[in-house]
Amino acid sequence: MKEINELNIEDNLLYAEDHEWVKQEGENAVIGISDYAQDRLGDLVFVELPEIGSVFDKGDEFGSIESVKAVSDLYMPIGGEIIEINESLADTPENVNNSPYEKGWMIKIKIMDSAQLKSLMDKDTYIKQLEG
Amino acid sequence: MTKQFANTGLMLNEPLLWEKGGKGKSAFSMPNQDVEQAFIDKDITGEGPNFPELSEIDIARHYTRLSTWNFGVDTGMYPLGSCTMKYNPKINEKLAALSGWSANPLIAEELNQGALEIMYRLADFLKEITGMDAVSLQPAAGAHGELAGMLICHAYFKSKNSIRKKIIIPDTAHGTNPASAALCGFKPVAVKSGQNGTLSAETVAAVMDEDTAGIMITNPNTLGLFEENIKDIAEIVHSKGGLVYCDGANMNAIMGIAAPGEIGIDVIQLNLHKTFSTPHGGGGPGSGPICVNKKLEPFLPVPRIIKQDNKYIISEDFPQSIGRLHTFFGNFGVMLKAYCYIMSMGDKYLEKASKLAVLNANYIKTSLKEVLELPYDRLCMHECVFSDKKLEQYKVTTLDLAKRLMEYGYHPPTIYFPLIVHGAIMIEPTETESKEEIDNFIEAIKSIVCEAKENPQLLLDAPKICKTRRLDETKAARKPILTEGYRL
Amino acid sequence: MRYLPHSEDDIREMLEKIGAESIEELFCSVPKECIRKKPFKIAEPLTEWELESHIKNLSQKTASSDEYKVFAGAGSYEHYIPATASYLLSRSEFVTAYTPYQPEISQGTLQGIFEYQTLTAQLLGMEISNASLYDGSSALAEALLMAVRITGRKKVALSSAIHPGHRMVAKTYLKPANIEIIEMPYLKNGLTDISSASDSESFAAIAVQSPNFFGCIEDLKKIKESIKDTKTLFIVSFTEPLAYGLYKNPGTCGADIACGEGQSLGIPQSFGGPGLGMFAANKKYMRSIPGRLVGQTNDIDGKRGFVLTLSTREQHIRREKATSNICTNASLCALGASIYMASLGKRNFKKLARLNYDKTEYLKKTLKKEGVKIRFEAPGFNEFIADFGKEFSAKYNELKSKKIIAGIPIKQFYPELDGSYLLCVTETKTKEDLDILSKEITS
Repeated sequence: MKEINELNIEDNLLYAEDHEWVKQEGENAVIGISDYAQDRLGDLVFVELPEIGSVFDKGDEFGSIESVKAVSDLYMPIGGEIIEINESLADTPENVNNSPYEKGWMIKIKIMDSAQLKSLMDKDTYIKQLEG
Repeated sequence: MTKQFANTGLMLNEPLLWEKGGKGKSAFSMPNQDVEQAFIDKDITGEGPNFPELSEIDIARHYTRLSTWNFGVDTGMYPLGSCTMKYNPKINEKLAALSGWSANPLIAEELNQGALEIMYRLADFLKEITGMDAVSLQPAAGAHGELAGMLICHAYFKSKNSIRKKIIIPDTAHGTNPASAALCGFKPVAVKSGQNGTLSAETVAAVMDEDTAGIMITNPNTLGLFEENIKDIAEIVHSKGGLVYCDGANMNAIMGIAAPGEIGIDVIQLNLHKTFSTPHGGGGPGSGPICVNKKLEPFLPVPRIIKQDNKYIISEDFPQSIGRLHTFFGNFGVMLKAYCYIMSMGDKYLEKASKLAVLNANYIKTSLKEVLELPYDRLCMHECVFSDKKLEQYKVTTLDLAKRLMEYGYHPPTIYFPLIVHGAIMIEPTETESKEEIDNFIEAIKSIVCEAKENPQLLLDAPKICKTRRLDETKAARKPILTEGYRL
Repeated sequence: MRYLPHSEDDIREMLEKIGAESIEELFCSVPKECIRKKPFKIAEPLTEWELESHIKNLSQKTASSDEYKVFAGAGSYEHYIPATASYLLSRSEFVTAYTPYQPEISQGTLQGIFEYQTLTAQLLGMEISNASLYDGSSALAEALLMAVRITGRKKVALSSAIHPGHRMVAKTYLKPANIEIIEMPYLKNGLTDISSASDSESFAAIAVQSPNFFGCIEDLKKIKESIKDTKTLFIVSFTEPLAYGLYKNPGTCGADIACGEGQSLGIPQSFGGPGLGMFAANKKYMRSIPGRLVGQTNDIDGKRGFVLTLSTREQHIRREKATSNICTNASLCALGASIYMASLGKRNFKKLARLNYDKTEYLKKTLKKEGVKIRFEAPGFNEFIADFGKEFSAKYNELKSKKIIAGIPIKQFYPELDGSYLLCVTETKTKEDLDILSKEITS
C-alpha cells in the first residue's frame, strides 16, 4: 500500500468521504474512485455499474467493486441521473487501478442539485481527511 | 533444529483428462446387448457428450497423480480452525461401502429396516449429546442445517401469526449464518463481542425486541471461547418471545461437558463431518442434523422416522413441518459413518475426545503466545486465535506464514477469520493429534517466525516445493475460465 | 482408545506447560450453571470387530441390489460402477482433505473439480457449471432462487412431472420468501401442460424435468419457443443424466439453467444420499450462480494451476447478500462422477444410454403383449409407468417376498394414479431378468 504522500490526488476534482471523486462538466458530472480507494482495495476484478437512466440521491448505492476477496459498495457523492457508464470496465476493471481518474472513470450523471457539490472536499481537505 | 517433513519428492505432472487418451479408447466394461435395438425417433436424439476417451490405466494414473497433489488429514496435521479436521477412522469407510447399502430409498420401509434403524438410533444419540428433544438428519451440510433451523424459526413465528424481521448475529459469526437467515427474510443485526471475546447479556438486551426473531450464536464461538453469558442471553431473548439458535459447528469442545438443551438453546445444528469424524471429501459431502427442543419439534422437516411396535416407520404426518429439505432422507452414507464413530467411542471416549481437543488447543496457545500475538489471552476451548501483530514489523503477513508452513509439512490453519482479529491465525488441532506431532508443529511456527525476522524472503517466496507456487487469483477472477471449451 | 493418541505422560507434560492441575481446570471458563446436569450416557464403546458385525448385520436388512432384483429408480438409480471409480475415490488424499482453501496443496481436488465442471457443461450442453451442490432437489431450489434474483419476479412455474421430492424441497426453500409456485399439470401423454403458465411474462422461471418423473422426454424446444421473447428463465432439471447420451441435452434445447441429480453417474445409491447436485448455466449468469466455482489460472512461474474463484458471490464475503448460503459442495461425489464420465468416454456413454433405452423398450413391449397398459405414450428413457391395476398390490407384495421389486407404486405421489407403478430398467438387468419379471407380473 502507498503512503499518503505517494498518492496521486488530483487538483481539479472534488472528493467525497467515501473516496469517490467528482468532476463537474457543466450540468453534468463524471464520477470515479480516488487513487487512495483503488490502492486500499487492491487488484480489482469486477465493477458493477447501474443502468443508464436510473436516478439516485446523494448517498445512494449505485454499484459495487470487487477485488479477489472483498466487495465494496459505491455511493453517489451527489444525486443525479445516470447518462453514461464506462462500459470498458466490464473487460478491463484494472483500469480503475491503473488510471483511476482517466480510463477508470465509472459513471457520468446529470446533476440533480448543484448545491450538493458544496458538501464535497477539495484536494487539500481530502488529503487532510486521509492523514487524520 | 526443526524436523522439516516436507521435501522435494517425485511429483509427476499430469495433463487435463482431454489432453490425453485417444479416440476409441475406453475404461468401461460394456454389458452385452442382449435385447434388440428398439426404434427411436431421430428428431429428438442428440449427439451425446463429447467426453474424452481413455483406457483404464490412463484413468488410474490420472487420478492417482492428482491425489498426490493434495494434502489430507492422513497426510499430516490439518489444524484448520472451526473445521475440526480430526482423523477419519478407516473401519467407518469400509462399513459405509458395504453392498447392503446399495438400496433404493423409496422402496417399502419394511424392506429397509437396517438403514432406518441406523438413522433412528443416530438421532437418539445426537439427542443425548446435545440434550435436545428431537432431531432431523435431513440437512446435507452445516449450512443446510442452519437453513433448516432458520426455516423452523420462521415457521414457529408464522404459527403464532407473527412476523419478525430481524435476527441478532454476533460479529464473530461464520458467513453462512447471515446468509442462511437472509433466505428466511430475517435481516441480520450485528452485535459486537466484548473485550474478553464473548458476548455480554447487556449487548443483546440493547437490541432484542419484539420484531427480532432471536439470536444466532456460535458456542463455543469462533475465537474458541465459551459464551459464558449464554444462559442470561437466552433468558433475555426468550423474555421477548424470541428463539435461540446455536451454530453447533464447535460441538467438539463440549461433548459430555455442556448440553445445549440445558442452557437455553432452542435449536442447534451439528456437523457430522466435524465433530463425528466423517471425512470432509475435499469439500463434501457432509451432514448437518438439526436438533430442537419440544417447542420446535412440530416444525422439523419431514419425512421423520418413528418407531412403532419395534418397527421403524417413515412418517410425513406432521402438519406444521417446514417440509422436505432433501430428495430422500439426507446423506445416509455420512450418517452411517458418524453412527459407527459414536458406537466406537461410547459416551466415555466422546467426552475424553472433547477434553483432549481442549488440552491440545490450550497447549498450542500457551506454547505459541511467546512468538505470536494472542489478542484474547485466556483459557480457550478447542481452538485458539492469534493475530499478525508481531509479524507486521517484519513486513510479512499471515498469508506468508501460512504458505511457508506448507513447506514444513503442515496444512495451514484457518486464516483471516474471524474478521474481528487482524490477520487472524485460527488453530484447531483436534484431539487426534498427538503431543509429538503438536510439538513439531509448534517448533515449525517458531522457526518460521525466526525466519520472518532473519530472512523474510523465505516466507515471501513460499511455497516453492508444492505442485504449484502462489497462484494468480486476480487473473482467475478477472477473466474466469471455469470450463475448457474443448471440441473434437 | 485407538483414535486418541495421548499417553498419560503426554497429558501430564502438556498440563504442566499450560500451568493447569487437571484437564477439568481447562474448562473453568464454562460457568457452573452451564455444566451438564443430566448424566452422559450413550453406550459402551464397541471394538472394531463388534462394530463390524453389528453393521454387517444391519446392512443385510435392506432391499439391496445384491439380494433383490430391483426394477425401481425414481431418482435413485442402480448402474454398474467401474471398480476404478470406487477404488480411486477412496484415496485418502481426496477423502480426508477439505475445501481447497490453500490451492498450492489442493491441486488434486481443484483440477478434479475443473474437469468435473467441464464434463458437466459438456454433458448438459451449457457454457459453465459450478463445483456441485448437495443434491438434485437443492439444485432445483437454488436455480429457482437464482431466477427470482435475476428477474426480480416473485412467481415460478413448476411442472408437476418434476420429481416429487425435488418439488417439495423447492417449496420449502421458496415459502419464507413468499415466492408463488404454480404447478403445471401433466397431459394424457405424460408431458407437461405449459398452458397454465401462458402469461409467462410474470414468471421468473419455468421449470420442467426431462426425462420427467414418469420417464417421459419433454418437448423442451417447444417450451423454450413459447417463452423465447420473454425474460423468463428456462430451467431444465433431471434425475437421470445418462439420458443425455441418447437425447438432446438441455443446452441444445435452449435451457438457461440445467440442474439436477447426478447420482446415476457412478455414485452408489447409499439409501438416497449422498448424491450430487449438478448445476450449469449460461455464461451471462456467471455472477449469479450459487456455490463454489473453480477457475484456471497460473502461478508466479507461469505454470498452469486452479483456484476457487469468483468468491465474492459467496457467503463468507457477501454474507447476507450472498447468492446462496452454501459453503461447500459434494466434492467427492463430483470427483466420482468425473471418473465415471471419463471412464465411459464419448462412445460408451452413448452406447450405455442406448442400452438402457433398448432394454426398457423391450420390457414395455413384452408387458404390452401380455395386456399391460403403459400409461404414457411419449418417448421415454429407462423408466415408464405401467398400469397394473388396483388389485396388483397383493401380487406386488408376493413378488417382494420373491425378492423382486416390481417398481414403485406412485399413488403416494399422485393419488389419481392408483394402480400405476413406476418401473426402471438399467443395464444391470439382463433379458432373462426382464422375461422373468413380465412373467411374474402377468401370471
